[in-house]
Amino acid sequence: MADKKDMKPGKSSAKQAPDASRRQFMKNSGLVVGGVAGGSLLGGLLTNQFKSDKSAPVKTEDQKVELTEARMFFERYEDFVVLEQATERILPKDDNGPGAIELGVPYFIDKQMAGSWGINGTDYRQGPFLKNDPPVDQTSLNRGQVIITGIRKMNEESKNRFDVTFDKAEEEQQIEILQDFESSKVKLRGVNAGSMFQLLRELTMEGAYSDPLYGGNRNMAGWKMQEFPGAVPSYADIIEKEEFVKRDPMSLTSYQQKS
Amino acid sequence: MAEKLDKVDVVVVGSGWAGGIAAAELSKAGYKVVCLERGKERSTKDFVGSKDELRYTKRHELAQDLTKQTMTFRNNVGEDAIPMRKHNGYPIYDEGTGGTSVHWSGWSYRWLPFDFEIRSKIIEKYGEERIPKDMIVQDWGVTYDDMEPYYDKWEKTAGISGEVNPLGPPRSDEYPNPPMKESPAIRLFADATKKLGYHPFRMPAATVSQQYVNPDGETINACVFCAFCSMYGCDFAAKADPIVTVLKTAQKTGNFEIRNNAHVKRILHDGKKATGVLYVDPLTLEEFEQPADLVVSAAFFSGNNRLMMLSGIGEQYNPETGKGVIGKNFTSHYTGIGGNAATAYFEDKKFNTFAGAGALGCVIDDFNGDHIDNTDTDFLHGFNISIFQDGAAAIANNRVPQGTPYWGKEFKEKSVHYAHRYLNIGGMQGTMPYTHNYLDLDPTYKDVYGDPLLRITAKFTDQERNMAKMIAEKCAEIAEEMGADIIDTPPVADDVEMTSSSVNTHAAGGVIMGVDPETSAVNTYSQVWGMENVFVVGGSSFPHFGNSNPTETIGAFAYRAAEGMIKYLKGDGGLLVESKTSKETV
Repeated sequence: MADKKDMKPGKSSAKQAPDASRRQFMKNSGLVVGGVAGGSLLGGLLTNQFKSDKSAPVKTEDQKVELTEARMFFERYEDFVVLEQATERILPKDDNGPGAIELGVPYFIDKQMAGSWGINGTDYRQGPFLKNDPPVDQTSLNRGQVIITGIRKMNEESKNRFDVTFDKAEEEQQIEILQDFESSKVKLRGVNAGSMFQLLRELTMEGAYSDPLYGGNRNMAGWKMQEFPGAVPSYADIIEKEEFVKRDPMSLTSYQQKS
Repeated sequence: MAEKLDKVDVVVVGSGWAGGIAAAELSKAGYKVVCLERGKERSTKDFVGSKDELRYTKRHELAQDLTKQTMTFRNNVGEDAIPMRKHNGYPIYDEGTGGTSVHWSGWSYRWLPFDFEIRSKIIEKYGEERIPKDMIVQDWGVTYDDMEPYYDKWEKTAGISGEVNPLGPPRSDEYPNPPMKESPAIRLFADATKKLGYHPFRMPAATVSQQYVNPDGETINACVFCAFCSMYGCDFAAKADPIVTVLKTAQKTGNFEIRNNAHVKRILHDGKKATGVLYVDPLTLEEFEQPADLVVSAAFFSGNNRLMMLSGIGEQYNPETGKGVIGKNFTSHYTGIGGNAATAYFEDKKFNTFAGAGALGCVIDDFNGDHIDNTDTDFLHGFNISIFQDGAAAIANNRVPQGTPYWGKEFKEKSVHYAHRYLNIGGMQGTMPYTHNYLDLDPTYKDVYGDPLLRITAKFTDQERNMAKMIAEKCAEIAEEMGADIIDTPPVADDVEMTSSSVNTHAAGGVIMGVDPETSAVNTYSQVWGMENVFVVGGSSFPHFGNSNPTETIGAFAYRAAEGMIKYLKGDGGLLVESKTSKETV
C-alpha cells in the first residue's frame, strides 16, 4: 500500500492546474515531448482532471453510470476509439435499433480480450504454427494480439489514405478500409487480415447478442431489437402456436438462482 | 512411477453412452466396474441455469480441453497436417461425466438393413463394378434383424419419443413415448412433403415428450422446449443422457465407481491379453495403473483409435499398401457439405423459432440408402431430409439471404427483419469409406504429456459432392412447396474441399467391426480380434457412416458389446465369434 504522502502531490497538482495552462501544457507536450512519456503525462491529466473540470459534462445522480465500462485490455484510448468505430460500421445504429457502440460491444470485446478467450486459454497452443499469412486459428499471435494488430493497422491505413485517424474518418472511408481487411487486400504482420476481420465481426455479433452478463447487449437492447426472449424457463405453452409471440426478454441475472 | 491400484473386474475408458451402457450392464451383472473419465465431474446441477449461448454454443463449455490434446488434419498423404487448435462450429469432442453424449441434440435413428450388409446389397442391386476400387465398403457382419433387439433396448433406456417411420425397417415394438408437440414449422414441412408424395414422420427424439421411467427405474422429465438444448446439458433433466440414465443405474448397483480427471494413456498388455490401463490425473500429474480382467475402450472414435495406436494393439493401416486395420475407414457427416441444405425465407410469416428442443423435428426417409435407386444417381447410398426447431438463439440467429453483405447497414436491416422469418431444411449423407481417408499418429504435434496426436487424413470425392448437390435440390423443392419467398441453397462446387472444420462429432471408423481380422479390428461384439479381453466400443467400430445420426446405433452396439462382455467373463474366455478369412468374405 502506497503511503498517503506519496499520493498527495499528483492529486493536488491535478486539482490546482488551471484550465488555460493545462491546454497550453497539452499543446507543448504534444509538440515537444510526444511519444511514451508525453502520452503518459497526458493520460494522467486527462483522466484525472476532466472529472473536476466544470466545463466538461458531469454525470448526475439520475444518469445511469455503467461502472463496469472501463478498459481492462485496451491500454490506449486511441486504439479503443478505432475499435468503437469499426464495430459500429459492422453493426450500425439504424431505425431497427442501436448499433454496436450503444450495445456496449466495444467494452464486451475489451473484456473478452482481457480474459481467457483473448489469450486462447482453451486452445491447443503447441507449435509449430503456420508462418505464411496464417488465419487467426493457426497464428502464433493470441486473439488479443490479433485484434490490437488489426486495429492499429486500420488506424495506420486511415492516416495514410485519408490523412486522418480511423475514428475521425468519414463512414465511407472507414467502410473502404474494413472491406480491404475483409478481402485481405491489407496485409498484417503475423496474421491474415480477412481472418482478423472475421474475428472482429464475430466478436461484434457476440457482443450485441450474448447475455448482458458479459458486458455487451446493454439493457438487453440487442435482444429487444431481434425479438429474442433470452433465458425463458419453458415454451411448452407456446410451442404449438401459429402466431408470433413477443415478450420482454429475461437475462440470466433474473433467471439464475441467487442468495 | 505409476501407483498400482487394486485390481477390478472391468475398467471402462470414457463415460459417454458407449462406456455408460457397458458400465450399467456389467455392474448390474455383479462385476466390479471402474470407469475412468478424463474430464471433470458433472451432474444435472451443472446444467441448471446454463442458458448462455456465448458460453456453451460459442465457447463450447462442455467440449474437451484442447490445451491438453487435440487432433491434426490434412487432405492428402505427403502434406503436413495442422492441429485443430480450437473447436469450430461443432466441438471436436467433449469431456466430463457423460462425455459427448451430454451436449447432443437427441436425434435417435435406427440405421438401415442396407447399412449392415452394404457391400452385398450394392453388388446385388447394381453389380460389383459399381463400387469404385478405392471405396473400401464392407459388410458389418451382422444384419438389421440381429440388431433390432438392441435398438429396441436402447430406445427404451433413453425414452425415445417418436412415431413409426412409414418407410422404416420392421420393429418389435413402438417407441416408448409419443412424439413431441408439433410446431407450425413442423406442420408446414409435413404438409409440403406429403403433397410432394413423400412420407414424413416425426423425428425420433431423446428430448422426451412426457415424464418417463425407463426399465432401469431412471426418470427422465418431460421436455419444456426451452431451446437451450444442443450444446447444453439439460436444465430440467429432460434429455436422455448417460448422467440421468445408465451412469445412475450403474451407481445404484454398488459395484460401480467413476473416477474423474483420469486420462488414460495406455492399455497395458502382454501382447496377448490386456492387464489393465495406465492413466494420469491431469490436475496433479500423478500416474496410476489400474489392473483389470477386462478393458473397455469407449473413448469416442478419436480416443479409441489413439489408445490402440499408442498401446500397440493391432496393425496400423497403411493407405499405400492397404495393409493393417487400425485407423482404417475414417468417415464422418462432414460439415460444410450437405448440412443445412436449404434456407427458406418467408416475408409474411414469423415463427417462434426461439422456442424448441434439440430433436423437435420432422423427417423424410424417401431418399435414404434403402429407398433411393442408385442406378441413376452419381453416388452410392443416400440421405435423409429433415426440418428441426432446436431453438435459434440470438448470436447465431442472424441469417440473411445470399447476396446480402455480411456486415454493415444492409446486413443489419435484413438480419433483424428475417430473424424469425426463416426455416432451415437439412440433409444427412450416408458416407462411404475410401482407402485414402484414414487415421494415424501425427509425427510432429504432441499432447501435453508428450504423446503424439491423432492425425486425420481425409478429402471429399465426387461421391460426397454429387450427393450434396442432390440434397440441396430436394430441400429446395420442399422449401418451395412450403411457400418460401426466398430459397437459398449452399453452393456445392465441383472442387469444394474438406477442411479441418469439416470434422465434427459425427465422426467414426478406425477400429471397425467385421468378420475378418484382415479387414476389421473388432468382431460384432466390439471384441478386439487379437486381444480377446479388450472391447473397443463406439462409433470407431462403424465400417461406414449411415445417413442419419450415429448415437442410437452406438447405443445399440454398446448393448450388444455388453452382452458379449458378460458372456466372455462368464465363460472360459476366447473369441465370441469365429473369424473368417478374407477369401470367404464378400
